[in-house]
Amino acid sequence: MFGRLTWSAIPFNEPLPLLSGAVVVIVILAILALVTVKGWWPYLWREWITSVDHKRIGVMYMTLGLVMLLRGFADAIMMRTQQAIAIGDAQGYLPPDHYDQIFSAHGVIMIFFVAMPLVIGLMNFVVPLQLGVRDVAFPMLNSVSFWLTASGALLVNLSLVIGNFARTTWWNYPPLAELAFSPDVGVDYYLWSLQISGIGTLLTGVNFVTTILKLRAPGMTYFRMPVFCWTSLAANMIIVAAFPILTAAFAMLLLDRYLGMHFFTNDAGGNPMMYVNLFWAWGHPEVYILILPAFGVFSEVVATFSGKGLFSYRSMVLATLGICVLSLMVWLHHFFTMGAGADVNAFFGIMSSIIAVPTGVKVFNWLFTIYRGRLVFTTPVLYAVGFMVTFVIGGLTGVLLAVPPVDFVLHNSAFLVAHFHNVIIGGVVFGMFAGYNYWFPKVFGFTLDERLGKAGFWCWLVGFYLAFTPLYVLGLMGMTRRLQHIADPSWRPLLLVAELGAVVIFAGILCQIAQLYVSIRTRERRLDLTGDPWNGRTLEWATPSPPPTYNFAMLPRVESIDAFWDMKRRGVSPIDTAYETIEVPRNSPVGVVTAFFAVVTGFALIWHIWWMVILGLLAAAVTLLGAGWSDEREHEISATDIAKLERARPGLRQPA
Amino acid sequence: MTIATIDTRPAATSSTLARGRGAGGPAPKRTVVAYGFWIFVLSDMVMFAGLFAAYAVLRGNTAGGSTGAELFNLRNVFIETVCLLLSSYTCGLGALSAERRHSALFFLFAALTFVLGATFLLIEGTEFAGMVARGAGPGRSAFLSSFFTLVGTHGAHVTSGLIWLVYLAAQVKVKGLRPAVLRRLLCWSLFWHALDIVWVGVLTLVYLMGVA
Repeated sequence: MFGRLTWSAIPFNEPLPLLSGAVVVIVILAILALVTVKGWWPYLWREWITSVDHKRIGVMYMTLGLVMLLRGFADAIMMRTQQAIAIGDAQGYLPPDHYDQIFSAHGVIMIFFVAMPLVIGLMNFVVPLQLGVRDVAFPMLNSVSFWLTASGALLVNLSLVIGNFARTTWWNYPPLAELAFSPDVGVDYYLWSLQISGIGTLLTGVNFVTTILKLRAPGMTYFRMPVFCWTSLAANMIIVAAFPILTAAFAMLLLDRYLGMHFFTNDAGGNPMMYVNLFWAWGHPEVYILILPAFGVFSEVVATFSGKGLFSYRSMVLATLGICVLSLMVWLHHFFTMGAGADVNAFFGIMSSIIAVPTGVKVFNWLFTIYRGRLVFTTPVLYAVGFMVTFVIGGLTGVLLAVPPVDFVLHNSAFLVAHFHNVIIGGVVFGMFAGYNYWFPKVFGFTLDERLGKAGFWCWLVGFYLAFTPLYVLGLMGMTRRLQHIADPSWRPLLLVAELGAVVIFAGILCQIAQLYVSIRTRERRLDLTGDPWNGRTLEWATPSPPPTYNFAMLPRVESIDAFWDMKRRGVSPIDTAYETIEVPRNSPVGVVTAFFAVVTGFALIWHIWWMVILGLLAAAVTLLGAGWSDEREHEISATDIAKLERARPGLRQPA
Repeated sequence: MTIATIDTRPAATSSTLARGRGAGGPAPKRTVVAYGFWIFVLSDMVMFAGLFAAYAVLRGNTAGGSTGAELFNLRNVFIETVCLLLSSYTCGLGALSAERRHSALFFLFAALTFVLGATFLLIEGTEFAGMVARGAGPGRSAFLSSFFTLVGTHGAHVTSGLIWLVYLAAQVKVKGLRPAVLRRLLCWSLFWHALDIVWVGVLTLVYLMGVA
């Protein structure tokens, strides 16, 4: 009846996961109870859950990413603590089986359910506004994307309480990930949650490539698009080119595990290294999917707060596209030790070094933008400057690792761990925090507290260096990654410093939570009535904060790069009152309903509950067929209603 | 700009109105939908590329079991190919009939396409069943795993294409050839033609090179 699912799936004999699982369940139940008691369900359902508005979906993505950041960070500090105490005779508090699940979950969550939702959330909110249009190309599909991503996150978290998670690291390499060596549900949780959220990400890629190439305000030629739109375009093109490879690789592994095939097994002709190749043919482009939008954020932030146009816009665009192409040609540097031979390793080593060149171009462009500008040291700028210093260090250690002989020594060491945290935290995470602080007033109509924001930045910066510089040194001393127990007591001092770094980062997270809380409490004093709190340059600042459902009452006419700056300079008002009827997409429950059935199907597949698999798939298919039948996906707002709505708004949009 | 007026124009002129490339503002809905779907088809092609790569790596790893030369019957594959290529032709005729609002002709060509696609699937299914009966199922060797997965995924696409065709024919029956339905038909025909391109790859890499 319930396949592999029995009461033994609940970890009654392991106090730690049981306790943390229980706390999470209680918190979720408390939130649900609060929402029910306060009667917020109709509002949530109408305004958020079924919303297909790109701005709402962006906010939901960001919320998902920030909540999952807490979960991923909890895993991180648990690992650091284990390594700080399990030295010599001490065994620490995490048994190996649990420790292995934690480092696997940490990687999966941080990449797929923190970094990706933050990046996609920011793109969702910002890109249509910067393009001067009313929504993405396929609003309902956008909602499906979000809810499928959330489904994947839900399944990963479910493994905390029901069953267990993979012990196979975030790459999930066979043969360890094959049925013979990982017979329980851990790997299946990994595979199905990532397949489901992967479909969501792929649809996002399709949606945004189409949006950016086909939906832009009149006059916005390619070379008038803001740099964030360019980097988003590049990131989404990589999504379209790379995610299907991951889907294919996971599908093959699933076929091995469920139907006894032999793609990656050690016997019957299977080839485990093929999985490694396919995984990284997706995996390396993936890091550029994450970092390119962050580069876009820094370009916007640096230009705005320097009061200057971006230095050498065209070279920035070309560097972005260069990275986009090169990102697909470097994957083998993740496993130089495979034994592909000197020629292959030399090719990939050289390509990996070359990809640093366009990145270097970008760093110089940012520096020359700041040069002779009047840089205002706001929180986003601090993140941008912190990024430039930190990311260059991370990039240089990356070039070092791109040299095959060096890689043979440092492969799978703590040095590597330090390197990629250096670029991911110093690049992607700082970029997302800069974007969060920069666009928050546009999203909610009030600015964030600067004092706490800066405190958060300094904690993150100092904490990062404390946590990861020791790992560079430990890597050079010979420490490999993923150690549950440390045999060499001479590493203790550096591991304690790394632990301190994690604590300082935790203080940074607390500052950020306090920043949000304080800013909401004092929002009356920090309202943004102009829609343009930073003296911005691009079109998102030409509309009120928060923007109306339809973004722009009239589509703006674009005549140059930095369209809004140009309008302000020429004294042209972006306001035009010759309103026309606007079509806006209707809300739709299709996304959340499909995702619900995806969770049911995924859960049933993980536990081999076959009748539930069939029911779930049928229900999802019926939902999609039903959605495909309807023609009524938009409703109209009449010109008079728009005039009324626009007059009711304060600030910039008020016609004189 | 009203999207509806652009959509009701004949297909020949609507392509000249695709203005998304330059400075003309948002492209018409028909362009956006077809373009987006084409990007999706491209991503599907990348997934097939992954499966093709796996097949190329594993095709020699028969683990002592049957090889392609022993299993493949080129006569059947020829009939399959003819069916699929002809179905692409009838699909094209169906799409043109739909654009010209000839619903009777559309139904005729849709039915022909369906029959040809179903024949293809029937032959493929028989071939698969025969191989499994000879002890050459997907679990026998890495070569057969990759063969069944690559060719089977193509077959699964054809199956979903046929279900989609029936579903769209029902929409034409109930709602007529209005713009929203025409856009869906356009996406479906893009999908169907793309499956042909994949099949040409399968024919060459799997069957022709397999018996060589």
